Amino acid sequence: MSDKLETAVSSSAGGSSAGGPQESSRRLLMGAYLDFIRIRFLTMLAYRVNYYSGILIYSLNIGVNYFTWMAIYGKGESLGGFSATQMTSYVAVSWMARAFYFNNLDREISTDIRDGSIAIQFIRPYNYVLVKMMQGLGEGIFRFMLFMIPGMAIAMLLFPVQLPTELSAWVGFLVMLFFSFLINSQINVITGLSAFFVENNEGMMRMKRVVVDLFSGLVVPISLFPGWLSSILNFLPFQAITYLPGSVFTGRVQGVGIWNVLGVQVFWFLVLLIPIIWLNHAARQRLFVQGG
Amino acid sequence: MYYFGLINEYLKNYIKSRLTYRADFWVEVVSDLLFQATNFIFILVIFMHTDSLGGWNQNEVVFVYGFFMVPFGIFSCFVNLWGFSERYITKGEMDRVLTRPAHNLFQILLENIDPPSLFGSLIGLVIMGISGANLGLPFEWWTIPALIVLSLSAVAIYTGIYTTLTSLSFYSDAPTGILPLMYNIQTYGRYPVTIYNRAIQVLLTWVIPFAFVGVYPAALFLQRDEMKGMALLTPAVGAVFLAIGLLAWNYGVKRYKGAGS
Repeated sequence: MSDKLETAVSSSAGGSSAGGPQESSRRLLMGAYLDFIRIRFLTMLAYRVNYYSGILIYSLNIGVNYFTWMAIYGKGESLGGFSATQMTSYVAVSWMARAFYFNNLDREISTDIRDGSIAIQFIRPYNYVLVKMMQGLGEGIFRFMLFMIPGMAIAMLLFPVQLPTELSAWVGFLVMLFFSFLINSQINVITGLSAFFVENNEGMMRMKRVVVDLFSGLVVPISLFPGWLSSILNFLPFQAITYLPGSVFTGRVQGVGIWNVLGVQVFWFLVLLIPIIWLNHAARQRLFVQGG
Repeated sequence: MYYFGLINEYLKNYIKSRLTYRADFWVEVVSDLLFQATNFIFILVIFMHTDSLGGWNQNEVVFVYGFFMVPFGIFSCFVNLWGFSERYITKGEMDRVLTRPAHNLFQILLENIDPPSLFGSLIGLVIMGISGANLGLPFEWWTIPALIVLSLSAVAIYTGIYTTLTSLSFYSDAPTGILPLMYNIQTYGRYPVTIYNRAIQVLLTWVIPFAFVGVYPAALFLQRDEMKGMALLTPAVGAVFLAIGLLAWNYGVKRYKGAGS
């Protein structure tokens, strides 16, 4: 990876004369970004044992929620538009989606900022935020294959989860899951970069975690919140992480509604780019390294 | 007496280091409470759609939740073994601890003391007070002593379970991820165990007895006769698990050879 990067540096330094060298340096940089995905994936693979217990934890969480909801349903009516079976599937799918989209980019970025290593990263010929997103993607691919899929299989064995049968629902869900990942990672990047401005953003990171879990519909589906709260949440990006994809997958939203959901996700993806670009820019002006 | 002096010194150090970063202290308090709030909101939302959870009404479930917070706050304040393996084994801090005369576990616990967690206990007491008043629970002469004994027993259960699991890092330096697992299992103890299936009930009562840190002892105050026997058993369970924890710890320390760095 490092030799490719060096070539990227030298060629971009000398390659202003024609289109050719510029073009090839861009391709090399693309290759470097792909390598970031690959390397993170391999790193995660080396520590895969940690994730076996993760699968257990997520199954347990699904279990707590499942038994609690079943104790509430009892008589078999519907709550907030969810039947008992839909709720079971919703709980399982949203926890397993979290198994995929969750990452610690916020923590990684604020560690880089606090120990000063971000200074080195900033002078390298790549975009720091993009690199973090790529690493997040590498982790995501690992989590998808070794955490989410086996976890889903176990959840299906333990609980009466009903998955859709048509192919279109699956394709739609996978696309939405990818956007869940993007939006969640964007929120993480924003939280992480805030360390530039507050020095210690531990509290912010913890609050972000609670807010995302609660307001994305992971703990309680948004339609069960009191009316005033759920109408506020309709104007926030969090619903696009868990609630909307989960609603599509459990068949509560169908037909044209699916495109609406996708539209909401794309909208928030684009909107959240603005603070990231701004923060990244402002951070470069503000950077000072404590100690190091 | 010697140990009391040590507690005093460690606390003084803690306060001095904390006063340097005053804002952090409050940030930690608030974010701790926020974590707890997630589950509280879950309960509130649930009861907007039903009036009974396995035969328990909202005030009763909230009361159990309040009780759960009391020992958990005390435990998180005084027994903070999170990251022990990395900090003490991998980085070799354990060697420094072992060269000193005071008991090693005692030193480690004092080094990691976390008083902001006590706010959780305080909020828990307030929650118990409010929901108890709503339920019209009688305030007897034994209420306060029982609360103290049961809370301390619950703290002993937590301490026993977590020292047992942490002492595993003396045998293997690989991170096992078992502690986060426990943190998740213990949330089961906050709800009436009767809503779970049989296997989970047995698990929570006899194997990893997290039902004894929440619903069983709280049932004593709620005058739930079906769980009264279990509530009275709490101190015994606490003593047994604390003993297991300390034995496992001491045996682990005896076997400890150092990380070699």
